[in-house]
Amino acid sequence: MLPHIGYNLLQVAVVIGFAPLLEGILSRLKEIVQSKCGPSVFQPYRDLAKLLCKDEIVSRESSWLFRAAPYVAFTAPIFVTLLIPVLTGYPLFFAFMGDMLGAGFILALGGFFVALAAVDTANPYGPMGASRTRMVGFLTEPVFLIVFMTISLVAGSTIPYVVQKEWVISPAAFFAPWHVLLLLAFLLLILAEDGRLPVDSVSGHFELAMIEKSKSLEYSGRGAALMKWAGAMKLFVLMVVFLNVLVTPWGLAVSTAPVEVLLAVPYVLFKMLLFLLVLVAIESSLAKLRLFRISEFTGAAFVIAVVAMVSRLFAA
Amino acid sequence: MTAMLGTSSLLSIEALTGGVFLLTALGTVAARQLLACFRLFVLQSFLLSVSAALLGVALHSPHLLAVAAITLATKTMLIPWLLRRTVHDEVYRIREIDQVLNIPSSLLLALALTGAAYVFTDSLGAVGVPAYSFVNLPIGIATLLLGAFTLTVRREAVAQLLALLVAENGVFFAGITIVPDLPAIAELAAAVDIPVYTLVIGLLTRRIHSEIGTTMVGRLVALKEE
Repeated sequence: MLPHIGYNLLQVAVVIGFAPLLEGILSRLKEIVQSKCGPSVFQPYRDLAKLLCKDEIVSRESSWLFRAAPYVAFTAPIFVTLLIPVLTGYPLFFAFMGDMLGAGFILALGGFFVALAAVDTANPYGPMGASRTRMVGFLTEPVFLIVFMTISLVAGSTIPYVVQKEWVISPAAFFAPWHVLLLLAFLLLILAEDGRLPVDSVSGHFELAMIEKSKSLEYSGRGAALMKWAGAMKLFVLMVVFLNVLVTPWGLAVSTAPVEVLLAVPYVLFKMLLFLLVLVAIESSLAKLRLFRISEFTGAAFVIAVVAMVSRLFAA
Repeated sequence: MTAMLGTSSLLSIEALTGGVFLLTALGTVAARQLLACFRLFVLQSFLLSVSAALLGVALHSPHLLAVAAITLATKTMLIPWLLRRTVHDEVYRIREIDQVLNIPSSLLLALALTGAAYVFTDSLGAVGVPAYSFVNLPIGIATLLLGAFTLTVRREAVAQLLALLVAENGVFFAGITIVPDLPAIAELAAAVDIPVYTLVIGLLTRRIHSEIGTTMVGRLVALKEE
């Protein structure tokens, strides 16, 4: 019991600690692809340290929502971390508190508060970004639901640990046609949900075109640091679900030996590095979609997810 | 080779191939760029030949291995080469293929067609090589329907030809599991036919393109008299 709680906390520490590093690696890799040198991979840590030291300026017109939103956004991925297999292949203390749908709800709660805070400031770009995020959100939600339904059809559960076991134990299930379709649908979801390139440009500085970033424009000091960190953790958590549960469910610790759990850390980071390469390839080769073309993108994800479900339903 | 890989892992790779095959078929419905359609077709043909090779190894059938080799030679090399040679380069730069339906609605129809393919093949039960036809038959039928559907909605000559070839891939993908002893001679006949009509359509498209500067055949509805 006690080591399980300890490992759960270790998972949280890994997510909080390594999320900015992955973001640094991602931006460095993208710069290298663009034949630039790019900032150090530790730049996000320096940014966070700098922002945390600075004063925070809050508009007099804004309400408590504006001040509360960064904390909600920051804690949401931490709660999700308690539910998903980051380092261990066996369920930890909080594993059965919620399933993948629950994790999705918690992330959505964070997003909801950020959107409210963006509207709260009455900055002209905030509400625009918030409403666009809602648009992308309601286009991706049906896909999430279909993906989770298909997963529950395959594994008989949507608890991430149980699903992970299902793909590890039976290679036939792993190579099934619906698994490939699910993976692609989930990858498209990650791109849409995290504001990655075909949907939104993370490195863009043009406010009128922003979807994800314009919501945190008003934040400064600690609020800005928490928002930035929360964004990095959200991507980390989505990647953990994608890699450790669906794509490469191997390599997680199977015993409670501390050495094995600690060894899982570099292994998981290595898997993420490989995924980042794929992400960089996607982000460097695709152009940003026009706003009303996003429905095509999510529509494609929806069709793929439903085809996955249909092919699972009729499997012999 | 069968002993080395084991039948279950052969079946696993086959299932994986089937999944990606279905994805490429859906991709041809969704792709707006002609070059993307073209690449998806080449990838799909490659997957078809992989599937035939796997089935050939599993059933120890030299026919199927020959089918795989012929598919690889014609559909992933000869036809793409012919298409690139005959059709003007400018056509491949088309970024928005003209369509009768918009992409979201055609994707939803594609979804319905795929569902229908699964429902139909489900009622067929076990035919051909059971374990393999459960994977290949619905995916092949779905690809046939998706190809035919794409052929209907596109207004671009080359895109229509690619859709036709995709439908043809679907027929073979289903066919190799229903009739695994399909004589290689039938495939050879098809392998001669398809490049010929690709060549004819390709040359025709080139001619249309040089005459009127576009290959949107969907717009060519009236005869012009000189």
